[in-house]
Amino acid sequence: MARRHVEEGVFKVLMAGAALILAASLALILGTILFKGLPALNVAMLISAPKGGYYLGKDGGILNAILGSLAIGFGSTALALALSLPLVLYLNIYLKKRSRLALAVRFFLDVLWGIPSIVYGAFGFTVMMAVGMRASLLAGTLTLSLVILPIMARSMDEVLKMVPFGLKETSAAMGATRFETAFKVVVKQAYPGLLAAVLTAFGRGIGDAAAVLFTASYTDFLPYSLFKPVATLPLAIFFQLATPFPEVQERGYASALVLTALILAISLTARWFGRRFTRHVIR
Amino acid sequence: MNVEYRMEEIQLEAFPHIQVQHLTVAYGGHVALDDISIDIPERCITAIIGPSGCGKTTLLKSFNRLIDLQDEVTVKGRILIDGEDIYDPRTDVSALRKKMGLLSQRPQVLPMSIYDNVAYGCRIHGIKSRRTLDKIVERELRSASLWEEVKDRLRSPAARLSIGQQQRLCLARGLAVEPEVILGDEPTSALDPLSAERIERKFLELKKDYAIVLVTHIIRQARRLADYVIFLYLGKLIEHGPADEVLNRPKHAKTRAYLSGHFIEDASP
Repeated sequence: MARRHVEEGVFKVLMAGAALILAASLALILGTILFKGLPALNVAMLISAPKGGYYLGKDGGILNAILGSLAIGFGSTALALALSLPLVLYLNIYLKKRSRLALAVRFFLDVLWGIPSIVYGAFGFTVMMAVGMRASLLAGTLTLSLVILPIMARSMDEVLKMVPFGLKETSAAMGATRFETAFKVVVKQAYPGLLAAVLTAFGRGIGDAAAVLFTASYTDFLPYSLFKPVATLPLAIFFQLATPFPEVQERGYASALVLTALILAISLTARWFGRRFTRHVIR
Repeated sequence: MNVEYRMEEIQLEAFPHIQVQHLTVAYGGHVALDDISIDIPERCITAIIGPSGCGKTTLLKSFNRLIDLQDEVTVKGRILIDGEDIYDPRTDVSALRKKMGLLSQRPQVLPMSIYDNVAYGCRIHGIKSRRTLDKIVERELRSASLWEEVKDRLRSPAARLSIGQQQRLCLARGLAVEPEVILGDEPTSALDPLSAERIERKFLELKKDYAIVLVTHIIRQARRLADYVIFLYLGKLIEHGPADEVLNRPKHAKTRAYLSGHFIEDASP
C-alpha cells in the first residue's frame, strides 16, 4: 500500500481515538457526579443555607454557595464583558490587520491567559491588603473578572477576526463610522461566536476556586452585601469533599452536580434567548 | 455620424467630476498605482480596463478612500471631487463615501433584513422617520427591479436571496443614499448572464443622472457600456480616451495587444 494511504489510515485512527478519549472523559466525569451526587441531592439542599453542624452531616444546604457563585459569576462576567468588547472591537475595527499595537495586546492577553488563577488570587489579596479591603463579594468579583478577562477577550478576538473584511468595507463604503460598523454590522454578524466566548468565560469563572479562595473567602451566610465575604460552589465542593464523613462527601458531589447543571442551564437559556439575533448572520 | 454625435455630447457635458492628479498609491513597498493623472467626465460610464493586478480596483477604491482600510497604504498626489481634494485631512470621509456609491465584486449584503439593508445608509446619514424610510426602501427596490420579488418578505434575512437578487439589493442600498457617483468593481463578475444583463441595463439607465466608474476585465462589457475608457497596466496609465477611440483605434501597442488578446509584454512600444 502506498505511504499516503497508510498516512491517511493512521490519521483516521488518531482522530477517532482522540474523539473517543474526549467523549469518554466527559461521560466519566458526568457519570461520577451523577452517580455519587444524585442520591444526596434534595430540595432542602438547594433552598437552605448551612445550619450548625452541616459539615458534620447535619441539616442545611448550599444556597449560600449557589447564590454567591451566581453573584460572583454574573458580576465578573459583566465586568469582563464591559472591558473585553470595546477592547476587541478596537483591535479588529479601529486597528489595521498588521498593527503592532494589536499584536502586542494579543501577546499580553495570551500571557495573562496562561497565569494560574491562584496567582490572580494572591495578587488580588495583596492589592486588598494594600488598600485596606477585606475579603468580600466585591473583591472576589474584581479578581475573578481579571481571571476571565483574557479568556473572554481572546476568544472574542478570534471570533471577530473571522468576520469577512468585505462586510467592514461595505459598511465603511456606505459612509458608516467605525463605531457604527462595529455595533450595527460586526457585532451582529459575530453574535453567536461572541455569545459563546462570554459563556466560556462565565463557565470558567463560576467554576474557579483558587481566585476566590483569598478574595471572597467563605461564609455560611447568604450573600447580603458587596463588602462581606460570600460562599462559592467550588469552595463548597472542596470543603465538603475534604470532610471525613461519607454523607457529607456525597453532598460535595451533589454540589458539583448543581454547579454543572447551573452552567448548562445558563448556557442553554442564553442561547435560546439569543436565537432570534442569529437569523441574519451571513454564512 | 452617430459616433460624432456621441462625442459632442460628451464634450458638452464633460465637466470633469473626478480629477486625479499625479496619484501614486503603494502598499508597503509595492507600488500599485504609479503617477496617474486623469479627468473622469460627468454623466458617462467610464470603464477602467486592464489585466488582473494592474491597479484597477485600487484606483476605484481611492475615489471613496476605501483604500484607507488597507494595511500600510501610502497615497501621494491628489484626487479632486467637485474641486475638493478628498485626501485633505479636513475631508469628511463619511460624507465623501455617501457621495460615492460602491457596488462590489461579490454582492456583500449586511447581516440584517432586506429592508434594513436598504435603509442602512439612510439611517446612518440621519433619516429616522419610519414613513420616509418606507418610501425610500420601496422606491429603490422598485428601481432595482427587486420589489415584486421581495415585497412580502422585507423582514427576512437578506442573505437568503439569490446572488443575483443580492447584487440588485446592493445596488438599491447604494442608491438609497442618493450618491453622485457610482463606483462598480466588476459588479457582474459573480453573476449569471441574466442577472449581469439586468445590472448592465440598469447602469445604462443610471448614467443619465450619475457619473459611473466601472472596473471591468470583460472587454465586451466595456464595449457595451463605456463612453470613456481608461487602460491600466502594472499600475501605470497606458491610454485613456473616448471608448470608441481606445477600443477601436488604440494608439498604444500595449492597449492593442490587450484588446486583441496577445501577450502585452510582447507589444513593441
